[in-house]
Amino acid sequence: MRQKPTETPSETASRRKFLSLGAAVGGALTACAEPQEVVEEAPKRLGRAPDKYGERSPFERSSRLGSASKNPETGSTRSPLQDSHGIITPSSLHFERHHAGVPEIDPAKHRLMIHGMVERPLVLTVDEIKSLPSVSRVHFIECSGNSRSEWTDKKGRTAQHSHGLASCSEWTGVLLSVLLDEAGVNPEANWLIAEGADACKMHRSLPLDKCRDDVIVAYGQNGEAIRPEQGYPLRLVVPGFEGNINVKWLRRLMLSGQPAMGREETSKYSDLLADGKARQFSFTMEAKSVITRPSGGQELAREGFHEIAGLAWSGRGVIERVEVSTDDGNTWQDADLQEPRHRIAFTRFRLPWTWDGAETVILSRATDDTGYIQPTEQALIAARGHNSDYHNNCIKAWKIGADGNVTHV
Amino acid sequence: MYSPRSLQCIGRLVLSAACLCATTLAQSPKYKVGRAPTAEEEKAWSITVLPDGAGLPAGKGTAVEGKDVYDRRCAECHGNELQGGDSSALIGGQGTLATPKPLKTVGSYWPHATTIWDYTNRAMPFDTPGVLTNDQLYAVVAFILFKNGIIKETDEMNRETLPGVKMPNAGGFVKDGRPDVGGGARD
Ligand code: HEC
Repeated sequence: MRQKPTETPSETASRRKFLSLGAAVGGALTACAEPQEVVEEAPKRLGRAPDKYGERSPFERSSRLGSASKNPETGSTRSPLQDSHGIITPSSLHFERHHAGVPEIDPAKHRLMIHGMVERPLVLTVDEIKSLPSVSRVHFIECSGNSRSEWTDKKGRTAQHSHGLASCSEWTGVLLSVLLDEAGVNPEANWLIAEGADACKMHRSLPLDKCRDDVIVAYGQNGEAIRPEQGYPLRLVVPGFEGNINVKWLRRLMLSGQPAMGREETSKYSDLLADGKARQFSFTMEAKSVITRPSGGQELAREGFHEIAGLAWSGRGVIERVEVSTDDGNTWQDADLQEPRHRIAFTRFRLPWTWDGAETVILSRATDDTGYIQPTEQALIAARGHNSDYHNNCIKAWKIGADGNVTHV
Repeated sequence: MYSPRSLQCIGRLVLSAACLCATTLAQSPKYKVGRAPTAEEEKAWSITVLPDGAGLPAGKGTAVEGKDVYDRRCAECHGNELQGGDSSALIGGQGTLATPKPLKTVGSYWPHATTIWDYTNRAMPFDTPGVLTNDQLYAVVAFILFKNGIIKETDEMNRETLPGVKMPNAGGFVKDGRPDVGGGARD
């Protein structure tokens, strides 16, 4: 499968060099009826020495995609899901969404305060937090504004445009419940207000039940320290809840008898319905899937075998089933699910497929272990109208043209 | 003899006693990490303002004083008339929420006046947060409320009056009713 629009000038140049070399060799051999692929001679050039921190191959160009903005510090970048393998998003390609830029924080000076309705207010260092019992868990994080374009007629051109505000990492940290027990939560408390150390001191209110369940105060991501743009040195990981509540650069946890009603849980991240009322505290990211290969912007170079692959996830639990249709939804087949399937994590699905060269539409539909089935766009719009902005998890369709070009529908 | 039902009942009692025990145990510090914040530290860090006004400091201001703060500190990004520009509009949109082009602003959408104070204090001006005094904050919040037709130009905003301001869309928020499509169990 070829990726169409991403060839860079240097790649073009090296390809040209390659071709002219091929032409020279071809000329020397004369009687070649068909253009022949030139295979490199036996490798003999000494490679480079080992390095302290690894870089990917210079031939790999997959990158996050931002959008122009007058205030880029409130901007976002999207993960190139169409290029991803397996279920882990490299930390360097994890999507970003900030409200006041990425702060530079010295972990030796960073503190976490736990206070409000607690018996023993606490100030903790990062080292103290790292000394506590730890867990490592694979979880996706998805911005609730992911797939916002799917509410409109201007659908995302590529999986990165339409679904790239979701990523999946192995997170390491201490369960929030451990810290809450250290501070001793008063019985009247039922909300926890979490706040970051970014310039806007971004804060969100979480129901205490969730905090006691599976929330992590994380310092590790994919085997190393969390990246600065993901909240270094500490972030909340709130499995299955919308991205914004996974507060980065975490510096304060306040136990409260009421939610803060902050800007990010009233003005933003609330879902306007057709009747003008808005859903508030709509935390859960519901089951969703997208075919990443073949997907928009790619091209099937020839008829014949092509594996269909994609990602599915649910904020409510485990992905039980992903069905794929290669005939515009007329018939569906079960895709293979990569094991082990983690709870509230990306699940890779795969289906062997032979393309007959005819135009068609391919779709995927996820079901989670609560029995929830990923809905159609029409069903979402019928229930919520067109102004909801957030939480669009509808079935995504890709059209494959007779020329092999894959486009959004 | 105990009936099966009363046995079950006793079982439950024992269980809940065990649970109670576990919670009390969990409430005493197990790892003894960290230290208590000093009173000054806790005060300095406690910037959250709740809808009932808890967390609001002393201070006061009216729209009359707030216009000056707005013009100097906010207008370049939010527009001279609060109409928006490089950033969001802070005015307008009342009556548009159920139309195909809803305009969500402080005036048309925000349910609590305290949130304007909290957010401006923690995050605005965008490039230099933290420069406003408490009086300037009350004043600029009063100015935004006045321009949206919610309070009078001379109404003083302070920690008593601000939580009492009735926002036009205060009743506009509902509980998350999902799953509303797709079947499956409720949260
Ligand atoms: C340098 C530009 C800039 C200045 C100056 C500025 N703002 Fe902002 N303001 C922004 C940006 C950008 C956002 C959106 C931030 C985001 O998306 O997280 C914003 C958002 C807001 C919001 C939230 C709007 C909504 O509907 O969610 C309010 C209220 C606000 N500003 C008030 C003020 C006030 C009051 C001042 C003056 C004291 C001010 N701003 C000065 C750039 C600015």
